Amino acid sequence: MIINGVEIEDTFAEAFGMTATRLLITADSPAWAATAAASLTGFATSVIACGCEAGIERPLTAEETPDGRPGVAVLIFGMSAKDLQKQLRDRVGQCVLTCAGTACFAGLRDGAPLKLGGALRYFGDGHQISKRLGERRYWRIPVMDGEFVCDDTVGTTKAVGGGNILILGASRPAVLAAAEAAVAAMRAVPEVILPFPGGSVRSGSKVGSKYKGLIASTNDAYCPTLKGETKTALPPEVAAVLEIVIDGFTADAVRAATRTGIAAACARGAANGVLKISAGNYGGKLGKYHFHLREVMA
Amino acid sequence: MSGLVLTLRAPPKQRVDLSSLTPDKLQGVDAAAIANLSLQCGNRPVAVGELFTVTSGDPDDLRLIGDCGRFDRIGAEMTRGTITVEGNAGAYLGHAMRGGRIHVRGNAGIGAAQELRGGEITIDGNAGDFLGGARPGEMKGMSGGLVIVRGDAGDRVGDRMRRGAIIVEGSIGSYAASRMIAGTILALGPAIGPYPGFAMKRGSLILLGRPDRELPSFADCGRHDLSFLRLLLRALKGRSPRLDELSIRTPLVQRLAGDQSVGGKGEILFWQD
Repeated sequence: MIINGVEIEDTFAEAFGMTATRLLITADSPAWAATAAASLTGFATSVIACGCEAGIERPLTAEETPDGRPGVAVLIFGMSAKDLQKQLRDRVGQCVLTCAGTACFAGLRDGAPLKLGGALRYFGDGHQISKRLGERRYWRIPVMDGEFVCDDTVGTTKAVGGGNILILGASRPAVLAAAEAAVAAMRAVPEVILPFPGGSVRSGSKVGSKYKGLIASTNDAYCPTLKGETKTALPPEVAAVLEIVIDGFTADAVRAATRTGIAAACARGAANGVLKISAGNYGGKLGKYHFHLREVMA
Repeated sequence: MSGLVLTLRAPPKQRVDLSSLTPDKLQGVDAAAIANLSLQCGNRPVAVGELFTVTSGDPDDLRLIGDCGRFDRIGAEMTRGTITVEGNAGAYLGHAMRGGRIHVRGNAGIGAAQELRGGEITIDGNAGDFLGGARPGEMKGMSGGLVIVRGDAGDRVGDRMRRGAIIVEGSIGSYAASRMIAGTILALGPAIGPYPGFAMKRGSLILLGRPDRELPSFADCGRHDLSFLRLLLRALKGRSPRLDELSIRTPLVQRLAGDQSVGGKGEILFWQD
């Protein structure tokens, strides 16, 4: 399959089951909501060392938020509900509770609940106030600029993590420009995040290492500087590769983002140095979800 | 299918407990059987048919027509459906109700919505004392649901209340939120009886007016823009036109904490107009 001169390799992305949730962070201004969200989703690129994968889904208008203030929707993915609970407590406690003027609400109400305000309320040292309004219970925790208002719990959903595409190109600038275009398009897809910096990742990894105790190491087959000395997966004309990792609430959401990303990268075309689209997998043995690129683009 | 209608022939001489006529209890009971049901009027039994003319219909849309001011415990413990009282209602309206709706076009007597657990009660007229409270000897009052009074409410609104919300659009009597455990009471009228918040443990009493006499055991915590009020107003949107008017204004309130004489952590919020 070739789109706009770019070859779509006959391979698939392999993704895993995760547990995920959505938070709605509001503040006095869009900028402060974005600040809290950036802090909350910082150092959350990979569960390998960050404990979770998180990113901004989209900004929210005042009409879309529970308290009528501008906000940001954030998605957080963990390997288990237990992992996610710890990350929620720590990240909301350190990054949203601390951020001027913010409030934090559940963006998912169904599914097994995790504690949100229920875990943070103790910060109020007895001065916290519980308010049940309709079906929802909120916590009001007194802080130095007023009150931090927070949902008691947030729902969770089974989710899909580790969807990906690889963009292979003739030069580093060409690949970077294609990745930027793909990321910009994919960010408009609902229910997905791209957890790595700027949406793309350059240090694709393989399972295992020559060093004992290292569970993952550089994917030498895709490192252009090793083309001659290792069993490479790169054609001779490829000089750089960037990966875009996709976490989504559903396989359909990941598939939609994959399709959008490939289409945007291919739109730049071979003329702009985009040579090939591939994907990472582990032979299909580890992940439950397989996204065959040619089927996705069919 | 239209509603089941009970039209009062004449007000009874004594008080009558009407708790046996709820949408729950009348499911599958035909009009003739309803007319034969026995109620207690003073010390003698009386058939429903003696007091009301019964027009068959959907028991989930029960209508009581006439001055039912001597009928107590209307809608007690109900879980579903709607009761509309086209007139006044007696004491203990909606006692321990769990779900459904009650709408009283006239006034309600004392103890309306006592120990309410869920559902919604709207009283177009006035409500008596101990609205949303607890029966004597009970430790907990209303524990859920929503009560809206378009007129005035009597003394001790929300006594021992522990959850849910009460909106009084008119004035409220003395000792509002007495012994309150939790929950929210909004009084939107200008007249507030003396000493609100007496022995209040927790909960929020939100007042538009200022009482003549206040307890000295509430501590002034200053004026604040509390964002939870936006959530509250959104949750109650469409329930009270007077409340909806407020929601367009900035929720700036003066917060008083107490009742400190009982170690309470409740709050009285004076809404700055």
